[in-house]
Amino acid sequence: MQFSESWLRSLVNPELTTQQLGHLLTMAGLEVEAIEPAAAAFTDVVVAEILRAEKHPDADRLQVCQVDVGESEPLTIVCGAANARVGLKTACARVGAQLPEFKIKQAKVRGVGSAGMLCSSKELGLPNIGGIDGIMELPADATVGQGLREFLDLDDQMITLKLTPNRGDCLSLIGIAREVAALTDVSCAQIDCSPVAGSIPDLHPIAIESSSACPRYCGRVIRGINPSAISPRWMVQRLERSGLRAIHPVVDITNYVLLELGQPMHGFDLQRLSGDIQVRMARKGEILALLNEQSVEFSKEDEAAHVLVIADDSGPLALAGIMGGAASAVSAATCDIFLESAHFAPDAIVGRARRFGLSTDSSHRFERGVDATLPRRAMERATQLILEICGGQSGPVQEAGIGVDSFAAVDFRPNRARRILGFELDDSVMLGILARLGMQIEKMPDSVRVTPPSHRFDIVREVDLIEEVARVHGYDAIPAVSLRGEHVMLPVSESTRTIQDVKKIMTSRGYQEVITYSFISDEVDADFRSDGETLPLLNPIASQMGVMRGSLIGGMIQTLRHNLNHGQERLQIFEVGRVFLSSSSEQQPMRLSALAYGAVHEEQWAEKARLVDFYDLRADLEALLHPVPVELRRNNHIALHPGQSGEILVGGEPCGWIGALHPRLSQKYGFSKSPVMIEMDLSPLLQRGVPSYQGMPRFPAVRRDIAVIVDAKIEVKELLASVKAAAPALLADINCFDVYQGQGVDVDKKSLAFNMLLQHTEKTLTDSEIDFTVAEVVDILFKNHNAILRS
Amino acid sequence: MNLDEILKDAEREFAAVANLPVLDQVKARYLGKSGVITEQMKMLGALPTDERKQVGARINLIKNQVEALLKSRRDAIQNEELERQLAAESLDVTLPGRGEGVGGLHPVTRTLARIEQLFASIGFVAADGPEIETDFYNFTALNIPENHPARAMHDTFYLDGGSLLRTHTSPVQVRYMQNNPPPIRIIAPGRVYRCDSDVTHTPMFHQVEGLWVDESASFADLKGVLADFMARFFERDNLPVRFRPSFFPFTEPSAEMDIGCVICNGAGCRVCSHTGWLEVLGCGMVHPNVFEHVGLDAERYQGFAFGLGVERLAMLRYGVDDLRLFFENDVRFLKQFA
Repeated sequence: MQFSESWLRSLVNPELTTQQLGHLLTMAGLEVEAIEPAAAAFTDVVVAEILRAEKHPDADRLQVCQVDVGESEPLTIVCGAANARVGLKTACARVGAQLPEFKIKQAKVRGVGSAGMLCSSKELGLPNIGGIDGIMELPADATVGQGLREFLDLDDQMITLKLTPNRGDCLSLIGIAREVAALTDVSCAQIDCSPVAGSIPDLHPIAIESSSACPRYCGRVIRGINPSAISPRWMVQRLERSGLRAIHPVVDITNYVLLELGQPMHGFDLQRLSGDIQVRMARKGEILALLNEQSVEFSKEDEAAHVLVIADDSGPLALAGIMGGAASAVSAATCDIFLESAHFAPDAIVGRARRFGLSTDSSHRFERGVDATLPRRAMERATQLILEICGGQSGPVQEAGIGVDSFAAVDFRPNRARRILGFELDDSVMLGILARLGMQIEKMPDSVRVTPPSHRFDIVREVDLIEEVARVHGYDAIPAVSLRGEHVMLPVSESTRTIQDVKKIMTSRGYQEVITYSFISDEVDADFRSDGETLPLLNPIASQMGVMRGSLIGGMIQTLRHNLNHGQERLQIFEVGRVFLSSSSEQQPMRLSALAYGAVHEEQWAEKARLVDFYDLRADLEALLHPVPVELRRNNHIALHPGQSGEILVGGEPCGWIGALHPRLSQKYGFSKSPVMIEMDLSPLLQRGVPSYQGMPRFPAVRRDIAVIVDAKIEVKELLASVKAAAPALLADINCFDVYQGQGVDVDKKSLAFNMLLQHTEKTLTDSEIDFTVAEVVDILFKNHNAILRS
Repeated sequence: MNLDEILKDAEREFAAVANLPVLDQVKARYLGKSGVITEQMKMLGALPTDERKQVGARINLIKNQVEALLKSRRDAIQNEELERQLAAESLDVTLPGRGEGVGGLHPVTRTLARIEQLFASIGFVAADGPEIETDFYNFTALNIPENHPARAMHDTFYLDGGSLLRTHTSPVQVRYMQNNPPPIRIIAPGRVYRCDSDVTHTPMFHQVEGLWVDESASFADLKGVLADFMARFFERDNLPVRFRPSFFPFTEPSAEMDIGCVICNGAGCRVCSHTGWLEVLGCGMVHPNVFEHVGLDAERYQGFAFGLGVERLAMLRYGVDDLRLFFENDVRFLKQFA
């Protein structure tokens, strides 16, 4: 909402500077977005009259003018404008004047002295009202010698408010004026809306089909307006300073009333109406050419039935509350008009304008709500202005519709207000504020019955009144109370880790956290999603953000690619975030993904360069899960190398994957080396046991090593599982510490070395016990896996 | 041999020795079983008694002097050898350490952790919830009915079947209130989504919303808690704050909170659009309609809620001037927040 400060001050004029006024509005919830001067800065320009104009002796296009600037002697000024003529009142910059672009000096123009300059609007940085070619043409009644800034009210400011959607009542000058009056306790002028008696009996019938969408429709016939009338300068200036262009006096007047009172209106060319005015929903197949040259077609039945139109026998004339049609619009030839001032329910307007790509001053107001009692008053106000500016004769006001119920009173409890706001404020102060806002107050035994004025249709609950009290009293005046209340020690679970704990493990192992978008292209999602359904967005920003991710890997791969393109050669990154398996709230698990690519370490002097591989990642996984041991099983993942990947099990439950990217995908995404990755559910990483002390063995453990030759395909996990299943009594632990393939071992075989920890809790082991246990293990490995002891 | 000459010879010979094994050999020549000094001692027996005593004392004196010379030479050689060893073992300590580098957290995580830590210190626990939400939790329960202009304020991403990406983390508050009786003190950090992408908007960003509900949490408490939070977050005790009336469907009274610009200290700069103030947070008293939607008695319970943008705070705190950097994940950017 943009408006002129001087227009506002014509209605309410508190003793505040522009800046103070802006601060007042901002701190009352009407946020001032911008304050701009109405005109560029210039000095010493006055209203002047050309007394004589003679041709320059030495130049065909110049005139030497005698100009009255209100001083004892006229000034001699050379002027090149074709419209400089005797009797013209114009703007004269005197010697010494500072114009926006330059300074005026005493000059000689082709040998003739010139004591100033007659100015065009452009030279003064002003809008060219009336499209004059040449110097400014001021009204004949302008006072010679008066400062131009004063005469044109140029020391005005254009104030732009960013209004919240609940304050539709402030989308007008009178609305803002009322607000300023309440905030400053200064009185506010009334707009004259007194009835204009009709001088002709003409009526134009109105039929409302959609009563709930349009509870009130006022119409009026005005005949015989002067087609050559123009809008007065003061009105054009106020419109322009509110961001509107002058178009046609009737349109300018309806726009002016919209700004002044907040009531959108529309003027139809009466001669172009055929039959009654109908307020109804659009019908399938109807087409309406709008004022902005856009055409709207209601091609679908249900869509049409959703849009309110003003129509006549020929079809729709206007999108109700949004924009008029081209065919019935007033034009330079219009003599008779039908004026509309209606109330449309917000629900009947909301969203419609946007659907057609429109946003108009009218729809903006109706969507937020307009004072339902305004149509009649606005009609009278507009009639006054039309008769005054365009002449003509008006018929009686026609008022159709069921009307709008007056708003119910709201009970206000001062105690409740004090409890919500948290500080002491006298009843009298609160009720004073409500009264200043135009509320009617009636004291009841336990509360106060408050009836809001018709323009405060946003007030429906007690809390709305509490907000008004707080707002007008000033949020700054409410104390800030530092923490109070009972302090309860929060529970801290020792059997869970925080996400932050998990992230710190990753960072300490060299990984950089990234945060990638939760939406990704359909193609990338398909490449990496191993479970759940594809979830496309209906209105994505772009197709590469078209579906919700079903895996974190896609984002990791894209991040890798981005960084490789920016000169990185190795990358270790991780992300923690949700993946989306379905739109159910239960199917959006948090996961952790890690990716490593390139050299295992930054290039350095001390270590031989080596590419990161599966076992580096596996060590990271072990660190993440510690003290829970890592358990992997072979299974196929859509995006991983089948021979270098495994499904992660925790407590026997599958919860993620680890492995190298499938070579097919490495090639597709243009990686020269294979990234290795983890993706797993976060929840197992957040669980951990609370430690429980076990007595330490008092007798020394004995270590024995064995090496066996087995088939190369057999995995270490299988051998260990067999041993653990048989559970030899004295075996405390067994681990693989060497894997060998090569010389001395058959091609399809491998040598595995194990160390065994033997222990008895109550005695020192004897040699024969030790030998027996080792033999037991060798026997288990042989029987289950055909493992041959290496000598 | 003359005793003085023996001393001189020993002194000369010790000085010529460069290592301990040779020194021991030289030592033997003087103090060994058949060393010159030992030989002198042996000859004492042949001297007359009175002379023996005098000569004996003199030999002992020389012997002590030779031993002292020997010790001093031994110390010197040991020192030289240690020096040589130290010199030989000397490293270029300016070379970097070997092995692992250290990674880092994303600046948004870092900022979130700081926010969570500050609120945890006054008893707020973090709550979480789904990011694909229903219309009820994202809008209806928050007093944003269908066709309400506030819905146009949120440009919402929709999925098939009417579900949507949450436009704020307020649905977490609704879910929490449905399942936990007051008193409630929670914050809801997380990703939120709006259909908006330009220089100052990314379609995904992070929010922290907070909620305090009991029987007396008031607007004055709201002002106190949030003013404290901003002062602590920016580590500025005298950070100016102001609360301006605003509108959110789920709170009333509602406010926007501004802080004095932390870039220019209120003098006016590009970041604060030359106003000296930065809009950092929206807040207000929970609207009674919201309590009614979650089944809490709006007459008995009251409280406040707030919501802030994490990237915005991170930008102000660390001087980041382009929002989009947060999601480009260029490690040259991310590493600066380790």
